[in-house]
Amino acid sequence: MKITKTGTGTELCFALEGRLDTNTAPSLEAAVNSSIEGVTELTIDMAELDYLSSAGLRVLLGTQKTMNKQGKMKVTNVNDTIMEIFEVTGFSEILTIEKK
Amino acid sequence: MKELTIDATVENILQVTSFVDEQLDSFGCSGKAKMQIAIAIDELFGNIAHYAYHPGVGPATVRVEVTDQPLAVLITFIDNGIQYDPLSKADPNTALSADERKIGGLGIYMVKKSMDEISYEYKNGQNILRIKKNI
Repeated sequence: MKITKTGTGTELCFALEGRLDTNTAPSLEAAVNSSIEGVTELTIDMAELDYLSSAGLRVLLGTQKTMNKQGKMKVTNVNDTIMEIFEVTGFSEILTIEKK
Repeated sequence: MKELTIDATVENILQVTSFVDEQLDSFGCSGKAKMQIAIAIDELFGNIAHYAYHPGVGPATVRVEVTDQPLAVLITFIDNGIQYDPLSKADPNTALSADERKIGGLGIYMVKKSMDEISYEYKNGQNILRIKKNI
């Protein structure tokens, strides 16, 4: 998975490309943890993400919990396959989602 | 029927996915079913990699079969590690808020919801987990 970080100061965006799974979720977690301090608006752009597994959900949940304390988070450009995963797991109620 | 026996490690998940994809491609499996199967492999093979032989490493076998009428793919995961039935775990409460949510059990829950059949048995010292997906 490729992670592209953009933004300045309090606004940050991580654009994900590929698969967010057992092998790649730790790299997103590390990227988030190293730069989330002081961020009040976080965007996770899933335009180029194929799918995600529970390892990816775990990182999204942890990130959402952090952002609940310090600002806002949204997940954007969510495709139908990923939306179905969010709905089945109840994450559609937890995350702020913008569909593709 | 084709099968692959490989060390159950997180690093090998991709190889298992490629192996299964090859079989799926040979009979025109849809993109969505392929993704759901790839997620199931990540969850199930990932579980074996994390827990079956912990803290050591051991082998797992992944068997792929295709059935006709209805066209379906049957994937069997076999390991010789500690006895563990992932289906014995209660489904997670998916209605809780972010701060109340726990992540345990979500992976197997996703597999249950996306596959048409799932079964587990422990036989001759082996964990045998089967999933079936109608194509």
